[in-house]
Amino acid sequence: MTAIDPLLSVRDLRVSFALDEGLVRAVDGTSFDVLSGQVLGVVGESGCGKSVTMRAILQLVERPGRITHGAIRFRRDDGIVDLAQLEPRGAAMREIRGGEIALIPQEPMAAFSPVHTVGEQIIEAILLHSHRWQAGRALSRREARDITVGLFRDVGISMPEQRVDAYSWQLSGGLRQRAMIAMALSCKPRLLIADEPTTAIDVTTQAQVLALLRDLQARYDTAIIFITHDLGVIAQMASYVVVMYLGRVMEEGPVDDIFHAPKHPYTQALLRSIPSLHGKTRVALPVISGALPHPFNRPTGCPFHPRCPDAMDRCSAAVPKPMPVAANQLASCFLHHDEAEP
Amino acid sequence: MTRYILQRLALLPLLMVVYSFVIFVIIQAPPGDFLTAYVATLASSGSSISQEQIEAWRAQYGLDQPMIVQYWLWVKHLLHGNFGLSLEYQRPNAELIGEQIGLTLALALFSFVLTWAIAIPAGIYSATHPRSLGDHVLTVINYVGVATPNFMLALILMWVAFAYFDLSVTGLYSPEYADAPWSWAKLADLMAHLWLPALVLGIAGTARLSRVMRANLLDELNKPYVVTARAKGMKEWRLVLRYPVRLAFNPLISTIGWYLPMLFSGSLIVATVMNLPNIGPLLLRALVNQDMYLAGGILLIYSFLTIVGTLLSDILLALADPRIRVEG
Repeated sequence: MTAIDPLLSVRDLRVSFALDEGLVRAVDGTSFDVLSGQVLGVVGESGCGKSVTMRAILQLVERPGRITHGAIRFRRDDGIVDLAQLEPRGAAMREIRGGEIALIPQEPMAAFSPVHTVGEQIIEAILLHSHRWQAGRALSRREARDITVGLFRDVGISMPEQRVDAYSWQLSGGLRQRAMIAMALSCKPRLLIADEPTTAIDVTTQAQVLALLRDLQARYDTAIIFITHDLGVIAQMASYVVVMYLGRVMEEGPVDDIFHAPKHPYTQALLRSIPSLHGKTRVALPVISGALPHPFNRPTGCPFHPRCPDAMDRCSAAVPKPMPVAANQLASCFLHHDEAEP
Repeated sequence: MTRYILQRLALLPLLMVVYSFVIFVIIQAPPGDFLTAYVATLASSGSSISQEQIEAWRAQYGLDQPMIVQYWLWVKHLLHGNFGLSLEYQRPNAELIGEQIGLTLALALFSFVLTWAIAIPAGIYSATHPRSLGDHVLTVINYVGVATPNFMLALILMWVAFAYFDLSVTGLYSPEYADAPWSWAKLADLMAHLWLPALVLGIAGTARLSRVMRANLLDELNKPYVVTARAKGMKEWRLVLRYPVRLAFNPLISTIGWYLPMLFSGSLIVATVMNLPNIGPLLLRALVNQDMYLAGGILLIYSFLTIVGTLLSDILLALADPRIRVEG
């Protein structure tokens, strides 16, 4: 649907976990694109497969999970490579991981080793991918340390020379997340995956971290996939939004269209459940009826139909395909088109 | 940190006084004394000794004094570095202990190294390959190792070695070297005898240690910092050794100091069963014969090493873990 080649193109990705109780299909045919320099927001309830999708892009799905189907095409300088085909622990994947695609994890508290200084852990990342800073020759520890101090300054950590030698538990939550961002940026990645980077920190710090990410994105022109269940954060950060439910994309489109003209009943329900400043007080907030189905009992047909207010007979029989429903918007819903997945 | 160590060292003399008193009371607790035990031994072999002679000895060794006076005499000598005379052997206790200490240490060090060299790699393998065939095999071996008392294992091995391989595995030397002066041949003979007792002594510890390492490492492998390290693009084995293994190792460091008293004492039952010339059988014999100054001396050194070992562990742990070093 876009004229420009995407930086990352995920096609019909399926990831399943073979547990003793049965097969859990955590990601079940997800497709989306990320353009260079774009901030893509991915929203959905907990357990909708957003984090697993991101792990899959980095080939970090842990056993017993496995990518069973689909392509993850990533554009590099020397052509397009399908990450889904790479060996998870192989040299080619490790080269991309951390070097070209970096991760900002969910919990800054536990994301650093407590017995190594934060600087040491970032220097290690820089040395692993030192050609991204200096073609032809390996960086010295000294140079990597200087780069780290510079990065700390860039992400707004005061006294960076001292902070480099601090342990993560000596830093506040906000500083820790800034250090994590510095680590993610340390190898000048083309794509940054931010997995709920602000969920674990308080609201004031959250606003600062979001502002920092926006600022860095503009400066380095890095594409960001921003995962969250917080629609307010999406509205601030993203230019394009993907809405996921039970491992499938329900709807996607530019942020304004998704917020002002949602087409899919699930997106509409999500938006209705946001508290409003202008709404009546002391009235129960609308909620999405029903509960997230148990992962072993995926509904047949459209995964949302048991909770959907507009469900029709067909919804339980066939899986709707993502189809254009407006100028730049796709939705997987039989209310808007008749195309089913084969 | 320095302050903490000094505080602990200042506490050491007080603890030693308490320990020495408790040790003395316990050794004194059985009825009778060395001489009654001695007379009984003589009587059983048919010879006898005059009552006057016994009373004379009792006075000479101070055994007729009240316990508290005896204790005071013992401590007074200890403060001068004098461990006293063994009543049974009629030789200085320091000399008797000194004769055994070399082999005791060699045996214990050997089994310590064997334990860690086997247990840590086995634990790491089990944790990084959970529920694989190798993990299951190691698990079964470990359970057997933990569940079998080591003297039992010693007896079984000795029987197998003797019955099927015609080997005598008791003692640390072949008969021809037992009283020979030290030579390379004697050392080689010692090494050939050392590994089996070392293995027997180490096997339960190895099994336990590798289970602990496996459990610790499995916990650590699920921590988010491992994902962070993977997301950096590190090689898997390098990452595992550098981060989770390092953290899984910390709780084990606090147990290293416990090996210090074990190095000294040897394993009493195993050493007795296998007829190993180390401190264990010496202590057992001293206790049976109520050779109280020898037993007291051994137990006191044992207590001292326990305290020092614990302190050493704490220091090692602080060096390894910055969370303790910086806050402590």
